[in-house]
Amino acid sequence: MRTLGVLLYKEFRQIFRNKALLPIIFIMPVMQLVVLAYAADFEVRNVRLYVVDEDRSSLSRRLSGAFGGSSYFVMQDQSVVPVHGASALEEGVADLVLHIPAGWERDLMRGEVATVKIVANAIDGTKGALGAAYATRVIQDLNQKLIEELGPRVGSAGLLQAGAGRIDLAYRHEYNPGMDYKTFMVPGILVLLVTMIGMFLASMNIVREKELGTIEQLNVTPLRKGTFLLGKLLPFLLLGLFDFALGLGVARLLYGIPFEGSLVLVFSFATLYLILVLGLGLLISTISETQQQAMFVAWFLLVIFIFLSGLFTAIENMPAWAQQLTYLNPVRYFIEVIRLVMLKGATWQDVGQQAMVVAGYALVVNALAVWNYRKRS
Amino acid sequence: MNRFWGFVRKEFYHIWRDPRTLLILFGMPVAQILLFGYAVTNEIKEAQIAIIDQARDEASREITRSMLASGYFLLNEEVDNKEGVEEAFRQGNIKMAVVIPANLSRDLQHGGGATIQLLSDATDPNTSNTLVTYASQIIQRYNLRHQSPGTAAPIRIGISTEMRYNPQLKGVFLFVPGLMTIILMLVSAMMTSISITREKEMGNLEVLLVSPLQPIQIILGKVVPYLFLAMADALLVLGMGYFVFDVPLAGSLWLLLAESFVFVLSALSLGILISTVAKTQQVALLLSLMGLMLPTILLSGFMFPIDNMPIVLQVISHIVPARWFIEIVKGIMLQGLGLGDLWVQTLILLGFTVFFLVLSLKRFNIRLA
Repeated sequence: MRTLGVLLYKEFRQIFRNKALLPIIFIMPVMQLVVLAYAADFEVRNVRLYVVDEDRSSLSRRLSGAFGGSSYFVMQDQSVVPVHGASALEEGVADLVLHIPAGWERDLMRGEVATVKIVANAIDGTKGALGAAYATRVIQDLNQKLIEELGPRVGSAGLLQAGAGRIDLAYRHEYNPGMDYKTFMVPGILVLLVTMIGMFLASMNIVREKELGTIEQLNVTPLRKGTFLLGKLLPFLLLGLFDFALGLGVARLLYGIPFEGSLVLVFSFATLYLILVLGLGLLISTISETQQQAMFVAWFLLVIFIFLSGLFTAIENMPAWAQQLTYLNPVRYFIEVIRLVMLKGATWQDVGQQAMVVAGYALVVNALAVWNYRKRS
Repeated sequence: MNRFWGFVRKEFYHIWRDPRTLLILFGMPVAQILLFGYAVTNEIKEAQIAIIDQARDEASREITRSMLASGYFLLNEEVDNKEGVEEAFRQGNIKMAVVIPANLSRDLQHGGGATIQLLSDATDPNTSNTLVTYASQIIQRYNLRHQSPGTAAPIRIGISTEMRYNPQLKGVFLFVPGLMTIILMLVSAMMTSISITREKEMGNLEVLLVSPLQPIQIILGKVVPYLFLAMADALLVLGMGYFVFDVPLAGSLWLLLAESFVFVLSALSLGILISTVAKTQQVALLLSLMGLMLPTILLSGFMFPIDNMPIVLQVISHIVPARWFIEIVKGIMLQGLGLGDLWVQTLILLGFTVFFLVLSLKRFNIRLA
């Protein structure tokens, strides 16, 4: 125990002595949290709409007017020639083209299904899909309004009121009624920061001692390798938790991200998670020869972890094999849990399964790291 | 000159001798592009939903059927009452709940309206929005089907939607230009800065400096191998995107390679700059990570739309070289633009390159004195 204390003392002194490392540990996370939270905004607004109106009727003008009135769309030029719409899309002047065919109003008033066409530039998939979704709603709203206005006139007997016999829809966006993207992203970004700091610091550490040769000196001490690794791991655990708390404070004070669940739960899970991440870092450190190598392996894993974590693209949308793969991804669990707990107030019962997985994972990884670390080189 | 190439050869040996790093250098882009090309898509399908059917009649069954037949939704059968919805949301098991009121068929037949309630998990606003739109389309279609021509106004606007260029909403189209940029940055800036700092940390730099090689030759010698590696990686990513994922290459390949070369030069000079500041590899790594990689990922428009950012970040994004490079790559690959359309971005990139080169060479000299 005393040995461990001395070891911790040494590690901490080394960290705090390193003037270049300190701002990276303390200031960078906050800066990243500030920048990332504002940058990672996938909200789609200002969809640039190009209208091709071959119909040139009062109704078709009303339809484009409805788009002009929607806050989601920015109207670009209009034309009556379909080719213009296609080239606007191609040149990147428009994100969405609304095509109203000739005879549209006539068909509509005859009671036929009069179809308008939406063509979205889907190179940016999110923008394409959401733009089309917004457009669908604008058109549906207009349809509904027309039924209400024209219904009694066109309808035969006039017995039924407009809208009679139809299903209305009421929808509620739960947990995030303001549809604020930050609410969604910031908890995930917290996870990202903790992961990056933990994994990089841990993976570079032992290999640094290796490269500098100081590992030999440590190896000839009567230190047991478990104690040695624990001494390496603990300072980073504390630093990681500190960064996490810092980030949580920023999230709360700067962004007003709701915190529905239990603080104790989040911190307990963060601890488990950090042990896992640091273990991974240590494992990388023990298999690498140089810091450069360690850094690359860590970076490689991190990029994959981040993209398959559900932070930026939902896991449910991935093909089945990729979804299976995400179960190996530590980041996935913490992102899931922190969102559930912070935004929806999930309890231990709700996230117990994830906690078990992470704990087991951490155990395996750390055991591997200890086993893999040999005292001789 | 001979001496210089000898030095370059030595640097190449250093890299070749380390197959692990090489494997990572070339295996990483391949693995990443395969993984993300297939896995990252924004197409929402088979979202788990709960249907709380309080009616259990003809109309409600028809709606349930058409919802599940749409391919967008997958029924979570464990949740069958309103109380369960809350818990299912909390555990993250469902994305949306559809609450169908009792006596749906009867109300509809008797001409009264009925309201179906959609509760969606809006922690992810975009998914929530999309799911609600899908569901409302299905319900509207139901309404249209059952609008008998005689009674109410049969006003039916049909909507046909086309997702042009990328019907499956794959992320890979944006990913290839982005990944190229990141790999180039990683190999050029990060690797160079670490490899120069490493000589410093080990004390080898002193040895090199007393050799008859000029300092500038030492730097160049360090940089040239990474230049080759970076270009090889760029080709690899391009080839994979083109042959495996059908990412178009609408413009000129040579122009693209030339622009990549310019970008690599600017990244390399950034790497040198970092190595003049950093004393240890750890610091070099963290500096290039925080100062280069993250801005490249965050503010270049690769992942996050620049238009959406607050003005301050938009302004800052102008000084991120990757932003201009990504514009160039996207322009050439996806839109088939030529130098005539991209000269502004190219000039800016060139300007950066010259600026960083001068700055880093100057700093390097100062340090020696």
